[in-house]
Amino acid sequence: MIGAGIAKGMAVTLRNFVGSYLEEDRLTTVQYPEERNPLPENYRNFPILIFDGNDPHAGLRCVACKICEKECPPQCIYITKSEDKKPDYMGKPQFYPAVFDIDISVCMSCQICVEVCPFEAIKMDKEFELSKRERFNALLERKEQLAKSNEYYHHIHPVEAAQVDKNLAEAAAAAEAKKKAAAAATTAKASSVGDAVSVPGKPAASPTAQSLGSTSSPGVSPPAAN
Amino acid sequence: METLEQIKKRIEAAVPGAKIDIVNNGSPSAQHSLKIDNEHARDVARFLRDDPALRFDFCSNVTGVDWLDRVIKKTVKTKQVVDGVEKDVDLTSEEKIPGYLEAVYHLFSIAHKHGPVIIRMQTGRANAQLSSLTPIWRSAELQEREIFDLYGIKFEGHPDLRRILMWDEFEDFPMRKDYRPPDDFEWEPTPHDDVLERAKQHYPARPTETELKPS
Amino acid sequence: MSATSSQELEQAPPRMSSRLEGELMEVSLGPQHPSTHGVFRMNVALEGEIVRKLKPVFGYLHRNHEQIGESAGYLQAMPYTDRLDYFCSMTNNWAYALSVEKLAGIEVPERAEYLRIILAELTRLQNHTSLLGFLLSDMGAWGTPLMYAFREREKILDLFESLSGARMMCDYMRFGGCRVDANDDWIAGAKKIVDLFPKFLDEFEDLILQNEIVIARTQHVGKLSPELAISAGITGPMLRASGVNYDIRKIDKYGFYPRFKFRVPLGDHGDTYDRLMMRALEMRESLSILQQAFAQIQPGPVMNPKVKIRAFKPPVGEAYGRIEAPKGELGFYLISDGSANPYRYRVRPPSFINLTILEDMCLGHTVADVMVILGSIDIVMGEVDR
Repeated sequence: MIGAGIAKGMAVTLRNFVGSYLEEDRLTTVQYPEERNPLPENYRNFPILIFDGNDPHAGLRCVACKICEKECPPQCIYITKSEDKKPDYMGKPQFYPAVFDIDISVCMSCQICVEVCPFEAIKMDKEFELSKRERFNALLERKEQLAKSNEYYHHIHPVEAAQVDKNLAEAAAAAEAKKKAAAAATTAKASSVGDAVSVPGKPAASPTAQSLGSTSSPGVSPPAAN
Repeated sequence: METLEQIKKRIEAAVPGAKIDIVNNGSPSAQHSLKIDNEHARDVARFLRDDPALRFDFCSNVTGVDWLDRVIKKTVKTKQVVDGVEKDVDLTSEEKIPGYLEAVYHLFSIAHKHGPVIIRMQTGRANAQLSSLTPIWRSAELQEREIFDLYGIKFEGHPDLRRILMWDEFEDFPMRKDYRPPDDFEWEPTPHDDVLERAKQHYPARPTETELKPS
Repeated sequence: MSATSSQELEQAPPRMSSRLEGELMEVSLGPQHPSTHGVFRMNVALEGEIVRKLKPVFGYLHRNHEQIGESAGYLQAMPYTDRLDYFCSMTNNWAYALSVEKLAGIEVPERAEYLRIILAELTRLQNHTSLLGFLLSDMGAWGTPLMYAFREREKILDLFESLSGARMMCDYMRFGGCRVDANDDWIAGAKKIVDLFPKFLDEFEDLILQNEIVIARTQHVGKLSPELAISAGITGPMLRASGVNYDIRKIDKYGFYPRFKFRVPLGDHGDTYDRLMMRALEMRESLSILQQAFAQIQPGPVMNPKVKIRAFKPPVGEAYGRIEAPKGELGFYLISDGSANPYRYRVRPPSFINLTILEDMCLGHTVADVMVILGSIDIVMGEVDR
């Protein structure tokens, strides 16, 4: 009978129309600005820089090694290395980025900078509502806008951040143990301190893990609630 | 499937005068290829397609490769008598290979479900010309047009050889290794880029936010 | 195709003009047209409503992807492959990773292979689903089937997002494995979606397959003979709709596909209806592969620890690796000169090569059928123009 197929299709349409009031998996939309779907843990948008403690300048993990700048596929990262050194969160004097800019009109959120960073310093943000009134200069994110606290990182990626903190703490503990062993052996030479300590799960050694100065490590302790 | 040596012998028997060389591939993929000469290319291709044992009826991938002038340094260890004492001496010989353009065809057989056999043809970089294999395999039609567009190899006997991805008025060949892009880029908001320095010569300075606001 | 027809069109000035030329009227379809699936343009010469000549015009989305691949390193090219066929970034990643693994002789751990198969088949599901929606949209079933298709596609994209971090630009696979492991929750969520998918497929088939309008618009439209299809290098569901049994999953036996039992659906007529049905049948087979994969997957590492992420340099040589992407044979041809950049990086784009016979299929049909035929080829301009 001609028209039977069309009638069958209309029955499907009717079922979906009625079903959208009754069944949850037929009505999948949400009223966006008021209602929001939760973002998954792995969601990534644009890179941010992590700092420990409260001071974005003092606690910045980045040591301006320029690996991410080199590995970035669309070349959207610009780093100028500082001339002086500042103590990192463990007290070891390190270079820091005098300029760290990311051109987010060029960035394609591929996460390669995160993968290659040996210092756990650059991570992916989850903020996606980024529209601005200004057309050009707001597309260039400066170091001040990029720096985000470790608490914020824990807030957006809880599982990943806990793992990172665990890795850093283990590396710091290993460095501490090594330092004590070196101190115990009176024949300790300065060169043994400079040996790299491998961070679990990371191919490259993390110089931040080498404990030289203070024994307290505010970055690896659980963040204080704000 | 027959080995490349067997295929080479069969081609040489079937197409008199054809010059076939086996190009070795050192990578773990071990996909060696056959270099065929331009004059007999279409006969060789027709043989590969129609031979009942081979039946390479499916030409999957056609692409160009640009090789610039290269110098290959070879080091050979020889024994020489220097001042009456036999010594191991490294003799380095330099071989200069002039640049050439290459068209590479990846052939598979749907009838016998084997492959790939890779054939390649070479031509000089100036006035590059090869015979088109589109009459043998239709799938080369758009891909040879693309090679013509991006590498500048003219395919003799191609039914419709025009630029395909670049616009018709474009003059250079952008996939050649010595291609330099023009510097009239659009303004990027990155003040660090040396590209921008060159672009500034093409574009006037952009008004700042305060200048744009009506007073 | 006849050589004369192309030459005649070639003599026409390449500007957007519709003018009378004898009895033929030249119409420029696209590039901004909702049914051309992107910025694709066809110069069509019409006699009344019948297509007498058709010339596709490419390049509106050309960005010289291959040169970007050659100037970037091996790893850096991976996120760019997402942008080729932006519907199927997972299969693009896999094809590129497979070629580099062939080039450098890298082993892939077992769990990573299973994850790749799961993701590739999920990609096939969402690609074919959205294709059916788009195709009906082209035929005038405006919106409704497309929305149903996108509703289901979005569930699969949510899976991709929770695994890789992005819905479409996944950038998930690496040479020698996958970037992150899927946890048990993810596998359970994927299994739930796969379990519910046949219900949607049944409903979708009810909606379209017996519909008299769909049948009238697609049967005997855009016929493609198997001989021409093979000669023109057509691959994927289009080739199999013409009755040629050629599925790279069966031929090349890449990944762990030999461990799976699945059938390859074949068409009889090679018309648009067969191509449409082919997608529906392939989705059923994909669901069967997915169920087997969920049953077989075992815990283990997902990354080969020997592979360096930074400064990856494969040995000198070349390799061509190909997979059965949802649109056809997707291949990557790489030449390495031993440095950190590929010397030659070539993409064999299935939807570009499938367009070779567009004119042959459209000649003699009305201009409205051109859209249906083009839709059944399943093109994505990011891949066609590269």
